[in-house]
Amino acid sequence: MSDLLEHHTIDVAPGDEGEIQVRTRILGYVVGLGLAIVLTVTSFFIAGTDLVWQPSIPVAIVVLAIAQMGVHLVFFLHITTGPDNTNNVMALAFGVLIVFLVIGGSLWIMANLNQNMMPMDQIMQMQR
Amino acid sequence: MATVVTAHADPHHLGGLGAAAEHAGPASKRIVTGYGFWIFLLSDIVMFSCFFASYAVLSGQTAGGPKASELFDLRSVAAETGCLLLSSFTCGLATIAADVREKTLYQLAMALTCALGLAFLSLEAREFASLVARGAGPTRSAFLTAFFSLVGCHGLHVSAGALWLLTMMAQVTAKGFRADIQRRIMCFALFWHALDIIWVALFSVVYLLGAGQ
Repeated sequence: MSDLLEHHTIDVAPGDEGEIQVRTRILGYVVGLGLAIVLTVTSFFIAGTDLVWQPSIPVAIVVLAIAQMGVHLVFFLHITTGPDNTNNVMALAFGVLIVFLVIGGSLWIMANLNQNMMPMDQIMQMQR
Repeated sequence: MATVVTAHADPHHLGGLGAAAEHAGPASKRIVTGYGFWIFLLSDIVMFSCFFASYAVLSGQTAGGPKASELFDLRSVAAETGCLLLSSFTCGLATIAADVREKTLYQLAMALTCALGLAFLSLEAREFASLVARGAGPTRSAFLTAFFSLVGCHGLHVSAGALWLLTMMAQVTAKGFRADIQRRIMCFALFWHALDIIWVALFSVVYLLGAGQ
């Protein structure tokens, strides 16, 4: 075990955690599962409720989803802010950047095209 | 004068990382493998983001067919979510069991993970079958094409993960907890947890936001 989980002061593989004690590691997963369940139940509850201002529901669902992804990253994938995790976090940051560019860019361009394009039936008539 | 000397002795300000100087040389194989797999997972997430982008763009293009709010059964989605969350937890337990070389615990946790993954897949297959039976198959509208490709792509990943899981159970039985097997277990656990993250985005964006439309 010691050859596998030696304490790396410089780098640590994603998924490996600095913690070696089994009891503490299991507790980490239990906490992660608990937080994830709370966040999931909240977002399912929010989606179907009449108790909150309706336009806020999509925002709340997106915020809860991002929070839950953070919980998964920290408690299950063990991506931390420690100095031994810098490389993992940098790769993650680059991935997140690309994801935002792809999704945000697509939505932006397509919304713009939708707004500026002639309605479909008019285009069909012009082609006749 | 003394400050100048210390500045030269520690040009990169590694004072906090005492072992940095002694730790020259390549990183251990476990770190290299894990990091490479992490890069692959991020590229996989980027690929999923393209499916998400196409779904977001096409989600309103129903071609006169059924809308998202008329199709989805949120109770089934909640059950699928529960399966994946619990399977991520048992997968974590399997990782711990592998690190302390507890064979029975490892196989038990992996078997539970596999059962939960298969339960998820069967729920999803039932959902797809009922959609197709109601005339809302992938050919009905651009919205449904995007829906089936996004959710189906995640389902394919879970199926591949289940196959990999069974392979890892067999490899531990046949070869024991060798260092290379341990690295594969680590990569599998990363893969399984990453699929869970994608599912979080998926049930939020597709099902919960779709139900409100």
